[in-house]
Amino acid sequence: MAEKFKLNIISPERSFYEGDCEFLEFVSTEGELGVYAKHIPLTTILEPCVMKIHSDGEEKKAAILGGFVEILKDKVTVLAENAEWPGDIDVARAHAAKKRAEDRLLAKKEGVDMVRAEAALKRAIARINTVD
Amino acid sequence: MASMRDIKRRRISVQSTQQITKAMKLVSTVKLQKARGRAEDSKPYFDCMYKTMTSMLSKAGNIEHPYLKSNDSKKKAVVVVTSNRGLAGGYNSNIVKLITGSDLKKEDVRIYAVGEKGMDLLRHRGYEVVADYSEVIEEPVYDDARVIAARLLEDFEKGEIGEIYLAYTFFKNTVSHIPTLMKMLPVEASEEEAVQEEGADALDRITPMNFEPDEEEAITLLVPKYMSSILYGAFVEAVASENGARMQAMDSATSNAEEMIDDLELKYNRARQSAITQELTEIIAGAEALG
Repeated sequence: MAEKFKLNIISPERSFYEGDCEFLEFVSTEGELGVYAKHIPLTTILEPCVMKIHSDGEEKKAAILGGFVEILKDKVTVLAENAEWPGDIDVARAHAAKKRAEDRLLAKKEGVDMVRAEAALKRAIARINTVD
Repeated sequence: MASMRDIKRRRISVQSTQQITKAMKLVSTVKLQKARGRAEDSKPYFDCMYKTMTSMLSKAGNIEHPYLKSNDSKKKAVVVVTSNRGLAGGYNSNIVKLITGSDLKKEDVRIYAVGEKGMDLLRHRGYEVVADYSEVIEEPVYDDARVIAARLLEDFEKGEIGEIYLAYTFFKNTVSHIPTLMKMLPVEASEEEAVQEEGADALDRITPMNFEPDEEEAITLLVPKYMSSILYGAFVEAVASENGARMQAMDSATSNAEEMIDDLELKYNRARQSAITQELTEIIAGAEALG
């Protein structure tokens, strides 16, 4: 049995998750990351992604849409700008948002904010992947 | 002495005002409870963000970064968080007083208004209002805070403003709300607070923290998040304070009205008694004259 560490996921609206965790997976700006207990102290910025929380043989998924993670020896704090459980997600809306963002990126028109469209696309994909 | 009819009319008018203040008090009590819940829910995020930011800056002290020093512009942006509605006692004017009484020069200040009351008062006093986000305060959501933070940082990068301040009302508890003026940017690492932590936190503090991406890039990415979370925190606190202030104001208005009603009731009864006495005297005098 892997050693456990404390996991706190906080979003501006509420304390999203609080509990023990054995293994945590997410995507940072530098790439995918998996965290076990006794990880080196690390602060990293999150991409919109599916966060997988492994605890007692169960795997919980949540959509984390931007924010950052602070990893300490036996404690991980996730400050998410927005966090959603699969049950909270409106799949149809996410698909629509994905389509809209893709159209915008393909059109490559002047005045369209590419960075924003890309961020919207990433968020939509993270939401869809969380439900699947 | 005012006539009986005048007193009666006045009493009815005070009574209907009291009904309004009573209803408003009840409404703001309910709203306060909701707003307080939200303020409490967002507190951990707010605190954690602040702690991470200051600890990061104290560890990354030697970094040269545009967000960490003020640029050449003399202009100072002030985000003023007030309410859209009045009847909240000194809530709005306290914030305005905070700004007029501070050492910020009027000609250097550019107001980013969140809340109509504060905006109107400051504009009236000759302050330059550059942006109006008043509808945000009705129902603060995190995305609004992000939009405002993005605008502030954009103006900062363009060199239009050199420093960013935030004026809001800190919600200490139901009866105590403190108008606060804080500096948001450039971010200053406060060393006192870092020293105060003890025990387990202290151990974490001395462990060297790694950053991925490196510190400089992390600051570029974190500062906007820091700004939006501070703004959001300020909004929810301000809404709680607004309703707390209104509840207090309406409570004292209701009890003032109660006092006035009692007073008028007494006056009315006296007037009635003296009218009866006078009538009796007149009848007796008339009867004697006849007899």
